[in-house]
Amino acid sequence: MAITLTGPDAVPSPPLSARLTPPQVWGIVLLTPYLLVFLAFVLYPVCYGLWLARQPASYVALYNDPIFARAAVNTLIFLVIGINIKMLIALFLSGFFAQQRPWIRWLSVIFILPWAVPSIPTILSVRFMLNPEWGMVNQLIFKFTGDDGPNWLNDPAVALAMAIGVHIWKSLPFWTLILLTGRLAISHDLYEASDVDGANWWQKFRFITWPSMQTLYITCTLLSMIWTLGDFNSVYLLTGGGPADLTHVLSTLGIRYLRLDQLSLAMASIVCAMPFVLPLVYFMMKRLSR
Amino acid sequence: MKLPTLREVGTDAKLLLIGIPVFIWTMVPIYHMFVFAISPKEDAFSGKLWPDHPTLHNFSIVFNQQHYFLRDFWIQFWNSTVIAVAVGALTLFVATAAAFSISRLRVPGGRAVMNLALFTYFIPAAFLAVPMYRTMGNYGLLNTHLSLILAMVTIASPYAIWVLKQASDKLPVELDEAATMDGASTLQLFRLVYLPLMMPSLVAIGTYAILLAWNEYLYAFLLLSNDTDITLPVALGNFLSADDSPWELLMTTGFIYALPPAAIYYAFKRYMVGGLTAGAVKS
Repeated sequence: MAITLTGPDAVPSPPLSARLTPPQVWGIVLLTPYLLVFLAFVLYPVCYGLWLARQPASYVALYNDPIFARAAVNTLIFLVIGINIKMLIALFLSGFFAQQRPWIRWLSVIFILPWAVPSIPTILSVRFMLNPEWGMVNQLIFKFTGDDGPNWLNDPAVALAMAIGVHIWKSLPFWTLILLTGRLAISHDLYEASDVDGANWWQKFRFITWPSMQTLYITCTLLSMIWTLGDFNSVYLLTGGGPADLTHVLSTLGIRYLRLDQLSLAMASIVCAMPFVLPLVYFMMKRLSR
Repeated sequence: MKLPTLREVGTDAKLLLIGIPVFIWTMVPIYHMFVFAISPKEDAFSGKLWPDHPTLHNFSIVFNQQHYFLRDFWIQFWNSTVIAVAVGALTLFVATAAAFSISRLRVPGGRAVMNLALFTYFIPAAFLAVPMYRTMGNYGLLNTHLSLILAMVTIASPYAIWVLKQASDKLPVELDEAATMDGASTLQLFRLVYLPLMMPSLVAIGTYAILLAWNEYLYAFLLLSNDTDITLPVALGNFLSADDSPWELLMTTGFIYALPPAAIYYAFKRYMVGGLTAGAVKS
């Protein structure tokens, strides 16, 4: 790659095909399918989308749309509060599943179910459970207290909390499993030595578990944040963005604009998220491409 | 037999105190779906924890397509199957070729392509959906299964390439050298040495892509719209369009739809856990 061919005394380079060894030719041939997929379905859509979002008028319209501001706040709540709660529970449960008991082994097999089954039917199941009139939750509340239960999905704060709950339900097993792998990689000798020294559980966590796991934990948290930005199902299928479009997050908002045929607004809302997404992506790429 | 000490009993009690809520939390939505699926219509809305007259009647309604919402059930099931299998096969092809090229043949620019793929992996799928929808329209592919298949291959292959590249980097270089010394061509190397050694990772990635495609809702719902073209999750979502939706039938269909991926997951769990968690987060 270092040979540049501009100077008058440059050595005329042989044609490309002669410079490449047969394995390299095959390498290029085998790489072509993915490059085509990338060009046609990633690069072109992204450039086209950015081109659609070029007018400042779209950003003014977004700025004036109260739903956008609300969605941005909801997304922040979802990411900052939701993900951190989820990861803390996952960290805690990974310690629970690291215990050697036959029944915990069985429980771990069941525990993975939310991750193994598709999210659509289970989210709809929760949606029906929370129905104010016929849902099982309110029926049971009525049966035991004689009072009508709350209208769960009609209060924006409760509805958003429920959407976060559904998200946690779905992805908690995956992150627990990842953190469990990290925990099991810690040498058991360290814990035995600390037992001899009379360390309590908090000291063991503070000085053995956490130092070995903090990189993994932070990586997982950031990765989960990036992915959760793309979590469309939890909000859309549970609340549909309602009531009164107050529970949208950025991913459902983009699709809402798309359905309303306001494509430039949809793209502009995504572009507005980029200053937050790209640093996370950059950080993750640095970490994973080592 | 030695009786357990008080301390041991205490530890077990504490563990149970965590284990029981975890079990309930995990099972509630699934159990609720199951109860609906086996409840006759009048029991379904009475809030009972177990129906008075459990029945399999709902399943027979679904299988015989005896409801307005279910008139295309089997064709939608077929659509989901075809799309999932096609995505699995295409992703395997694209990703294996790319991983072999980047990791074993060390093609110039391979690292750059790997980074592009990783970058794609980190674009939230719902964000890519908006421009992807328009792009498919520009290509004239909207409302075809091909559009959904290509979109899902685009989403599945970055991770697939990355996991396969990590796995192939672990194979010793001496293998390739020895095979080349014996006069193997590049294609023979790929077919006779590389593919057999990579089998566990390939199973994991194939399963990953199939499950991803079977479970996908957003892209399917954007790219397909005819009742006879859509996949099962989109059909489930369409139940919500009516106020008097037959919930017990929706839950029955959802239950049937959730069974194959759960079965596949547990059948290939060995590969999935080893192949995917190692790849998911490298610390």
